[in-house]
Amino acid sequence: MRRLFSYVIVALLASVPLWLGDPYILNAFITTGIFTIAAMSLNLLLGYTGQLSLGHVAFFGIGAYVSALTSLGFDVELFEGFHVVHEPWPVVYGFLLAIVFAGLCGYLVGKLSFRVRGAYFVIVTISFAEVVRLVALNWVELTQGPLALTSIPPFTLGLPGLGYVNLYGKAGNYYLVLGVGLVAYIVIKHLVQSRIGRAMIALKENESLAVSIGINVTAYLVLAAVVSAAIAGAAGSLYAHYLRIIDPDIFLFLYTVTMVIMVITGGKGTLAGPVVGGAIFGAIPVIVRSFAAPEVQWILYGAFMIAIIFVLPQGIVPAIERWFPRGPIKQPRVASQSAASVE
Amino acid sequence: MTGAPALTIEHVAVHFGGLVAIADMNFVVNEGELLSLIGPNGAGKTTAFNVITGFLKPSAGEVRYRGTSLNGLKPHQVASLGLVRTFQRTSVFRAHSVFDNVLTGLHLSGRSTLLDTLLRLPRERQSERELRETTWDILHLVGIGKHAHEQAGSLPYGDQRLLGVALALAAKPSMLLLDEPVSGMNASETGRFMRLLGKLRERGMTILLVEHDMPMVMGVSDRIVVLNYGRIIAEGEPAAIRENPEVIRAYLGQAGAKRAAHA
Amino acid sequence: MAEFLQHIANTLILGGTYALLGIGLTLIFGIMRVVNFTHGELYTFGAYFIFLVISVLGLNFLLALPVAIIAGLLLGALIELLLLRPMRDADIDTTMLVMIGAMIVMQNSEQLVWGGVAKSVSTPFPETPLVMGPVSVSYLRAFVLLMALLLIVATYILINRTKLGKAMRATFQDRDTASLMGVNVQAIYTATFAIGSSLAAAAGALLGPAYVISPHMGDIASLKAFAIVILGGLGNVTGATIGGFILALAEELGAGYVSSGYRDAMGFLIIIAVLLIKPTGLFARAERIG
Repeated sequence: MRRLFSYVIVALLASVPLWLGDPYILNAFITTGIFTIAAMSLNLLLGYTGQLSLGHVAFFGIGAYVSALTSLGFDVELFEGFHVVHEPWPVVYGFLLAIVFAGLCGYLVGKLSFRVRGAYFVIVTISFAEVVRLVALNWVELTQGPLALTSIPPFTLGLPGLGYVNLYGKAGNYYLVLGVGLVAYIVIKHLVQSRIGRAMIALKENESLAVSIGINVTAYLVLAAVVSAAIAGAAGSLYAHYLRIIDPDIFLFLYTVTMVIMVITGGKGTLAGPVVGGAIFGAIPVIVRSFAAPEVQWILYGAFMIAIIFVLPQGIVPAIERWFPRGPIKQPRVASQSAASVE
Repeated sequence: MTGAPALTIEHVAVHFGGLVAIADMNFVVNEGELLSLIGPNGAGKTTAFNVITGFLKPSAGEVRYRGTSLNGLKPHQVASLGLVRTFQRTSVFRAHSVFDNVLTGLHLSGRSTLLDTLLRLPRERQSERELRETTWDILHLVGIGKHAHEQAGSLPYGDQRLLGVALALAAKPSMLLLDEPVSGMNASETGRFMRLLGKLRERGMTILLVEHDMPMVMGVSDRIVVLNYGRIIAEGEPAAIRENPEVIRAYLGQAGAKRAAHA
Repeated sequence: MAEFLQHIANTLILGGTYALLGIGLTLIFGIMRVVNFTHGELYTFGAYFIFLVISVLGLNFLLALPVAIIAGLLLGALIELLLLRPMRDADIDTTMLVMIGAMIVMQNSEQLVWGGVAKSVSTPFPETPLVMGPVSVSYLRAFVLLMALLLIVATYILINRTKLGKAMRATFQDRDTASLMGVNVQAIYTATFAIGSSLAAAAGALLGPAYVISPHMGDIASLKAFAIVILGGLGNVTGATIGGFILALAEELGAGYVSSGYRDAMGFLIIIAVLLIKPTGLFARAERIG
């Protein structure tokens, strides 16, 4: 039943560019989709592993810049007379490098940050994102600073039979985002429903107990950070090549807040949560734009988040799941006849 | 039944600032035996547990399991050597189902890599199937199979403690450290637990038990070690310990010991 | 050398107001264990409030300051009563998220009302600076330092010499024991949040006229406040005071001798460095506040 529902949703989403004429709304779909992917990756860290990392936008932005710079090429002088020159590469390499680089940053941040916990961890992660923003703002030679990186080439995909396609148009980008989104969703699903996922959820719930049965807490926290950062980096790359212009504002705290809101209101620790949250918070600006200033959008975001925390603290998806519960676990015939029980 | 030394604790001491939690602890648990660690409250039993399982660093001394030194090892490393403990208070993952608790506990038995997991390759799927089957085996061994899809936190107390043991068993221990497993249990629950202990012993499990329930301790132990004020004051078989004047004095105090002697 | 002395003078002035920010947060963070993201917004509020009172209502600058502090007190109490009190049993993550939500609402409301263009406040002080040897300081900034020091001393007296302060210290040490001894912990929480917020508002009211006022100034202020709290140790008012000056010094020297663009990064680098090296802070004395 749930499976069918998922397929219907995906089919519906796939059909959108075919009937949606308004480019503004299609654009909203695309950017919302990109942020939803980032939200899904944050959910891995926040929802499943229980780490309130509020610097997530750093990975998103790093992915964007790495991808853009790889495809644009650059020439920087690291110190006296020593230049690092990079020739432009195809966008696909930028995408892959964004994933790798962001994942690497996730590893470093994970290894360093998980030494502190609780509120201090939150503060460290926010600080990390701010430092990255300031670097992007000030290392003008590499990043153009506030003048922004412009003319970023769009994605180029080689399709069999059709040759190379440059995704300048919205429809192409829409399908690209949808495709990456589905892959990300499936990868995350595989991860959280596996032995590794169970270890992450266990250490969130009771760390001492998890450790006593052999779960290496630090290793799994770092793993979650790496996978989470890598996916965020992928989303960042999509963003850079869709908008084709990025500036250090991409690292602003309010983008992390957007992702956090999507995860929390949708339902942290659930697969569908970030998607539902993404849909709602992507829709709000579209609905609001016609009658109110952009600030109102954010006020609604904040108010809505507070309301959800007060009313449905687990988020929307768990509340819905309470109405459509899963059935009991099926017992395999083999085991029930073996091993005498103590009862 | 009992064989070579499995766990050796040598000159272990634990100081917290000026406070001496454990003075100089030396004892051995042999393969396949059930050794109980008893003593009045505050004697240092849980501290000893925490030291052995890597949750606490000793100020001095060494703990060895089957020849490997446990000093400096993190708790998850100790567990992977085969030494698994239970906890007195939260002994289960309360928000998980009973089934998921044990399935999670089988963590160390998994065989697939990260790539297998992310792409759900056949090896991962096969591993999952095996883990799920083993989960049912353990649930039935411990006797809580009928609660499989209930939430752990909502189980009756006795069943929760049994689940705690099931969880520990899932980690494939060769030695179990049980921290006051029957505290708070009624007579019939304690009886069930003792039957489970019997089954584990039949399978050759080495067990270190910390308990206050004297009849139970006397009933199941091969040997008993008595701690008081961070020191071992007696060691031996249950019958000998029961008569030991030091032990009686430790539990009942001087006056109580005199009364007991004249009773 | 002269340049160095000028940096020191700037540090003293900036440090005083930073100390106010830090003390406010260390009280809240320390006693209530709340990661207060609205702290920066109270700072912004203080600045806009004084702008409102002086430019729009035409009130005297010297009178406007206490009014701003009282307004901060009231706003803080309101936030605590509406948002934190109902959440008192929730875990730290949930409360943090509520505070973030409140921060977004406050910041964007300010932007909606005042617009994004920076405002500046006129003050009654002469334009020409006070020159003492190689160091020049504007009268306004000297006044700011004086007021900041006054408020710091007042806070000290409050924490260490009054009944309220005693109750706050007791709650910080052990909430349950304090409540058993008759302390109304809920009321103390409201008072703590109100006082902490009023200090942030005071810092904003003092620094606002010295620089410019914009809706986003709170973000950086929040983070700097956290840096100061981490430097000084949770709940440690003395530590926060010293931390405020240390941060100001790091910023001044960083901006002067390294690069002015990275001035604001100093705070964050300090946070990251301290937390990784000595997570309990440089002056951690966890047993008591004051």
